Amino acid sequence: MEMIRARELVYEYEQRDDEGNVIGMNRALDEIELDVRPGQFVAILGHNGSGKSTLAKHMNAILVPTGGTMWVNGRDTKDPRELMSVRQSAGMVFQNPDNQIIGTIVEEDVGFGPENLGVPTEEIWRRVEDGLKSVGMLEYRTHSPNKLSGGQKQRVAIAGVIAMEPECIVLDEPTAMLDPVGRKEVLRTVQELRKRKNVTVILITHYMEEAIDADAVYVMEGGHVVMQGTPREIFSRVDELKRYRLDVPQVTMLAEELRKGGLDIPKGILRREELVQAICRLS
Amino acid sequence: MIREITIGQYYPADSVIHRLDPRVKIVCTLLFLISLFVQNSLSGYVIATLFLVFVIRASKVPFRFIVKGLKAIILLLMFTVVMNLFLTKEGAVLLHFWIFTITENGLRISVFMAIRLIYLIIGSSLMTLTTTPNALTDGIESLLRPLNRFRVPVHEVAMIMSIALRFIPILLEETDKIMKAQIARGADLESGNMIQRTKAMVPILVPLFVSAFRRANDLALAMEARCYCGGEGRTKMKPLVYKRQDYAAYVIVVAYVVLAFVAGRFAPLHIWIF
Ligand SMILES: Nc1ncnc2c1ncn2[C@@H]1O[C@H](COP(=O)(O)OP(=O)(O)O)[C@@H](O)[C@H]1O
Ligand SMILES: [Mg+2]
Repeated sequence: MEMIRARELVYEYEQRDDEGNVIGMNRALDEIELDVRPGQFVAILGHNGSGKSTLAKHMNAILVPTGGTMWVNGRDTKDPRELMSVRQSAGMVFQNPDNQIIGTIVEEDVGFGPENLGVPTEEIWRRVEDGLKSVGMLEYRTHSPNKLSGGQKQRVAIAGVIAMEPECIVLDEPTAMLDPVGRKEVLRTVQELRKRKNVTVILITHYMEEAIDADAVYVMEGGHVVMQGTPREIFSRVDELKRYRLDVPQVTMLAEELRKGGLDIPKGILRREELVQAICRLS
Repeated sequence: MIREITIGQYYPADSVIHRLDPRVKIVCTLLFLISLFVQNSLSGYVIATLFLVFVIRASKVPFRFIVKGLKAIILLLMFTVVMNLFLTKEGAVLLHFWIFTITENGLRISVFMAIRLIYLIIGSSLMTLTTTPNALTDGIESLLRPLNRFRVPVHEVAMIMSIALRFIPILLEETDKIMKAQIARGADLESGNMIQRTKAMVPILVPLFVSAFRRANDLALAMEARCYCGGEGRTKMKPLVYKRQDYAAYVIVVAYVVLAFVAGRFAPLHIWIF
């Protein structure tokens, strides 16, 4: 069974004028088809306004489709009786680290989700400890979130999701507001989680480098999925990506330019080591 | 300048008072405040003073921290004293010059009023100094829970309070940032009369409100995403449980109230006019 499955998923925002009258519909998602198997790491790329956040909000039943269907862990997100179990199955991490931390103390914030689920007190403490440990923030448990760095705040937010014991984590541009150090910190945390807990990860991002390790990459544009495949397949289609106003990882770019310059370098190089090897093989 | 505002100042220390259940501290503070206002004799105030000294000692909060809270009411204090001193006409005249008269009663009332106000502030700052804002909200929520029956949304109000506590520092910082940004654009916030200065605040308040609403929207989404749907069916990570020390504290405070009342009634202790 798929972890996340979408068939002919459509979502339309109502467009309103200044008085609040509906003047039209804005189709933010158009006939999306998506299949994510348990344990997979899926990256979703796309320019601003391409519908990535709208799609992410469907995975958590914050938005429900206006057409088609979305299943999370086999449950239809349109069904109000499944709402809580959908939200528990697919935890969500948002872009702005400040606006998603609810507690005034780190450990209380991590406990917020389990409290809502009605988990018994001792079990909450176990989960909070486990969540903070798995993001490496256990020593900050009694700190105020206001004093943490952006990367640390995002790790606390991830711990808050982990404490709900989800099967799947959806991260909507979790690194967009962080400095390079914070970005690395958050990505490393996500990778470790994947290894240790075998959770499904859906990472929405602007940074191509973050998609390199994904099992599958989806590229969105104007509410459609316009490309899908492994990172190697996707990033070898440099010109197409450019059309969707996306870059490729720097190394891929360099390899592409060298190839165009007449050197015999294979397509779809993602990592620095691969490029080094390819160049060494030349002579 | 704006960061100097501290709300719910908490003095971290490891003392018996800090460890008490927040409900105990709230109820006992209320009892103490009430006892002050039904008090009208010297012996009662002596007992109240001894009791306060005892609690301050036990709380391990330095005295100067407690006195800091008094600065905020110094104007109010002076106003009350002056009003009571000059406007009380009953009783024997102590002093008379030009249009001012000070009577025995006036002196007595203004001194007692000053003591009451000072002890009131000390008593309530002791509570906030020894209780984290979070514990305080939890305590209030738990104490007001019976109001649920009258459809007062107690849980929601407590949630609003604790979220406000989390966002006050963030919004203060943001105000600071916006002010600096507007000053860098040539905004003049310092000079001019009252009206001009109020007008100058508009370019600060507008972006602040816009950002506050955006934050509120984001936060609501984040709470929903984490399965929040009101107080129903929620469990607590840190439930409030009375321990033996909490019962002891209740006993001590009730004993104080009774003692102060009885002493005031049967041994009022008159010295001069007091
Ligand atoms: N709350 C909303 N109301 C109306 N339109 C919206 C709303 N949120 C997003 N949109 C529109 O939906 C489209 C997709 O937006 P979004 O999913 O946020 O894109 P992304 O996350 O990829 O930047 C955009 O055209 C945007 O203007
Ligand atoms: Mg977005």
